[in-house]
Amino acid sequence: MIVDAVSWVLLTLGGFSVLIGGIGALRMPDLYTRMHAASVTDSLGTMLVLAGVILQAGFTLAAVKLAATLIFLLFTSPTAANALASAALMAGINPGLATPWRQEPRS
Amino acid sequence: MTVFIIIFLLTLLVITALAIVQTSNLFAAAMLAGIFSLISAMTFFLLDAADVALTEAAVGAGISTVLFLGALALTADHERAGTAGRLIALVVVTAIAAVLIYTTFDMPRLGDPNAPSQLHVAPWYLEKTPEYIDVPNVVTAVLASFRGYDTLGETFVVFTAGIGVLFLLGKAPVGQPKLSPAMTFAGKAGLRHYQIPRVVGRLLIPFILLFALYVQFHGDYGPGGGFQAGVIVAASIVLFALLEGEERALQALPAGLLKLLAAAGALLYGFTGVACMLLGGEFLNYSVLAHDPVHGQHYGILIIEAGVGFTVTGVLISIFHSFAARGAK
Repeated sequence: MIVDAVSWVLLTLGGFSVLIGGIGALRMPDLYTRMHAASVTDSLGTMLVLAGVILQAGFTLAAVKLAATLIFLLFTSPTAANALASAALMAGINPGLATPWRQEPRS
Repeated sequence: MTVFIIIFLLTLLVITALAIVQTSNLFAAAMLAGIFSLISAMTFFLLDAADVALTEAAVGAGISTVLFLGALALTADHERAGTAGRLIALVVVTAIAAVLIYTTFDMPRLGDPNAPSQLHVAPWYLEKTPEYIDVPNVVTAVLASFRGYDTLGETFVVFTAGIGVLFLLGKAPVGQPKLSPAMTFAGKAGLRHYQIPRVVGRLLIPFILLFALYVQFHGDYGPGGGFQAGVIVAASIVLFALLEGEERALQALPAGLLKLLAAAGALLYGFTGVACMLLGGEFLNYSVLAHDPVHGQHYGILIIEAGVGFTVTGVLISIFHSFAARGAK
């Protein structure tokens, strides 16, 4: 019962972070900030959802497999985000927010 | 619920397909093709075709995307605008689409027990697999034993395709000095200056190989088998080549060894069939390989799956190296 409740809290939080990541990926001003938002979906969202599903599965083989997937994602998704960001930097995409990225006339 | 998810996935599939047609950036198109494969894999999985889903995810989303990128490194990354023959192409596509849509009206509904595919040999396979072969995964039994000829043909198709690509790309172009083996998008030294992907990649490669062995040898019990395992091994070697550079990957697995592996796998499959004949059975009838016919089937499936795995691994890594050896444009 408690396990079920915890699992649903984790699942809801996971879904919420995926939603936030999606909104961020659409609304953020430049590539790096968009990636920052999108990587929340990858890392935090997926992990919370997987943790919730593991609690739903209980002590079964499925839970072990899900845990292996979780550990795999724990390593790969931040690495992928890092690789993407450094590739963008190598390709010469300027982190726009360091300098004023959009010159708007001040009134 | 499943129906809703499938409809959602199919909608995404159509959107992805339209996006692939729409974009003129070939790099984006390659990525979208990977996404397309991944969504198809999910759909297959929801339709209970786990073996097909695994193959689609490994081949379509994994290794093909890498090969597309390898090909793009050799050419331009933007589609050249062409207008010639637009009208003819449109007419042909519309006609084919109309024919395809027309044929779907005659298709049986999903899961219809009276569909021809359910009435022909499928019930016999399902009924006789426990008796003749006794492996839990009927897909493996059908693929490796009942329809062993088809799979032999597929293995030779993979082998022939590999030879074809090596003939086209295996040698440096005439007149151009031989380039040092370097993937243009990885550079000569791989991703040496990218510390984090290197460390994580090196950490993961042993586990990817372990998973490939699991997929290879667990194919009798769960989804998997030689094709999927071969692709996963190839993916891990490609990852190694991207991280550490082509030269080190070729030191670990020399090109000659890879070609030998590709040929040896196909030959292993063929010779298993011949061995069955020499032992008094029909070609690819594994029952004669051991005293107990069912054990013979198990040995046979194990050996020919290993052959399939060898061939797929050898061919895919060779293709990757031949792309990479072409060097910068």
